[in-house]
Amino acid sequence: MQIGNGSPARPGNGFSVRDCALITLATGERAHSLKELREGLLRVPVGSLYHHFWGRLLRPQFDEPEYNNDFASWAWRGLHDRPLAERLSMVIPTDFDDLEGVRQEVLEIVHQRLDESELALWSAVDQGFYFLHGQVVVFSAGLVFDHPADIVSYLPSLSTGSVFFHFIDARRRTPQRNDDFSAWLAGFDGEFAPLIADLAGLDPYFSSLKELRHRVSAIFQRHFAGSA
Amino acid sequence: MEMLPAQFLQNFIDEYEAVAGRGSIEHLRQLAAPLKGARVVHVNSTREGGGVAEILQKLVPFKQALGLDARWEVIAGDRIFYACTKKLHNGLQGEAVAVGDEELRVYEDANAANAENLRSLLEEADFVFIHDPQPAALLAQCPRRRGKWVWRCHIDASRPHPPIWNYLRKWVMPYDASIFSLPEFSQALPHPQYIIAPSIDPLSEKNRDLPAAEVGELDPRFGFDSNLPLVLQVSRYDRFKDPLGVIEACRMARKLVPLQLVLAGGGAADDPEGDAVLREVQVATAGDPHIHVLLLPNSAHRTINALQRRADIVLQKSLREGFGLTVTEALWKGKPVIGGDTGGIRLQVFDHYTGFLVRTPDGAALRIRYLLHREDLRRQMGERARRFIWENYLLTRHLREYLTLMLGLLHGHQERLEAIEFS
Repeated sequence: MQIGNGSPARPGNGFSVRDCALITLATGERAHSLKELREGLLRVPVGSLYHHFWGRLLRPQFDEPEYNNDFASWAWRGLHDRPLAERLSMVIPTDFDDLEGVRQEVLEIVHQRLDESELALWSAVDQGFYFLHGQVVVFSAGLVFDHPADIVSYLPSLSTGSVFFHFIDARRRTPQRNDDFSAWLAGFDGEFAPLIADLAGLDPYFSSLKELRHRVSAIFQRHFAGSA
Repeated sequence: MEMLPAQFLQNFIDEYEAVAGRGSIEHLRQLAAPLKGARVVHVNSTREGGGVAEILQKLVPFKQALGLDARWEVIAGDRIFYACTKKLHNGLQGEAVAVGDEELRVYEDANAANAENLRSLLEEADFVFIHDPQPAALLAQCPRRRGKWVWRCHIDASRPHPPIWNYLRKWVMPYDASIFSLPEFSQALPHPQYIIAPSIDPLSEKNRDLPAAEVGELDPRFGFDSNLPLVLQVSRYDRFKDPLGVIEACRMARKLVPLQLVLAGGGAADDPEGDAVLREVQVATAGDPHIHVLLLPNSAHRTINALQRRADIVLQKSLREGFGLTVTEALWKGKPVIGGDTGGIRLQVFDHYTGFLVRTPDGAALRIRYLLHREDLRRQMGERARRFIWENYLLTRHLREYLTLMLGLLHGHQERLEAIEFS
């Protein structure tokens, strides 16, 4: 097995589809109050932030969660604190240069809530928050596409691991903070600029991976149906 | 378990492909490719009976079908050994048990004796998975081990009895990693602790599709009223499963909507408290023609399967629960579940989507009424429920996580492994 950081997008050379799988690990940190959540946030590795914002999409999970990160979900389900859940759910990870920035933003929101509400400081919960992190194994899906039109019929059956790798993980992994398909399409000298623009309009953090796959597939189908 | 014949393994994987989908099996094949030929040994204490044996009966052939050299070994022990390991099991679950020095000596001697037979296999293996406390002390008997050793805890260890955990911990600490079923079960240990939720086997007697006629036979067999909706709870007669709360909930609900309740549980002969709870349930339901209390043998998987399919609503009104595989089984059969708001039930039951979480008999009664009035919603929730389990809690997901863990362990603590070429 070779380990490396090669990009799957190879303009001019085709697009190599990757897949990935996640395994979850406990960090040993847990919180049974908002105060303990704050303390845990200060201690956990940034990989834990990644897991609770993004990695969660690869965990067994319900497709239509009320909130789109684990901190917000726990604020509602564990603390029954809807204002806090709403604020945490609007933390957009790509607004920050790195995960430390995301950590600071989450901490800021927690501080603010603790300042606002005495109740938040002391209320105990019956459902703890367990800080997790994950290991992601990336592997080849065994498919290479030479032209964007070739990928259209394959997209509806793309595995959720591939959707995660190319649309979610890519935004953290690549300097352009873009999805891998857009990076590949950009190598065709502007031919696919409208398609890139449509992909840029997707909100990848709100949907489930299946929903995201459906939307990406629809965008590709629309584009190539129009250009046929 | 030795390597199985190639044709058997091909048929085996074809059967799973028919249920889990081609994409899911293809995903497993690619993930397993770099582990081809890896020598993997699973060790537990029984070949038949119990959840661990059920999982290994399928997980090991599945690994073989994917090209791994997977084996399953079972340790042996005498009556005192099993009495001791039962106490260790219960202590890990939080019961304040006392284990004497003599019993612990028998436990350690049994592990040493089993190591004599297994040592070369275990020391040569690339991966060794030791299941639950019974064989946990084997590692100390294999000083020339070359592979990664993982302790797999299938037990709800969220609140272990401290003296028991202190004893077991010394055997578990030297492992390369451990696996717990839920984050809340993890412990303070000096190695990575992976979280892998349990799963159900869709092809087992307990979960495979049944002919409609077999489900239909239940009414005359047990005296159910074919004209009444059926509410079911399948569980041991255990206070944490709150059978009396279920009876109360159904009696409240049936003031407004007719129904019959079936409580189905396993034998309690070796469990004095279970026996007492069963008697309380029988007293509480005596003379009530619409409450059926069934005491089924532990092997009645097919009957449980049929009961879950016959039910209109399934309850699992636990006050405390590990993961709650009976919930998974019911959801797989397309039944909405009204479950206690606790443990792993929260990972499976989502209000208005796959069922309802409740905290009181009143809450359960409210949701029973709601669901019995809305057949359309019951059907819709049932379809979502089956799909949810198909995507998340089948054996194939369990295996995927094992394979990912093995690849992860090979590369230390890296959060991300990018394999450019798998051969």
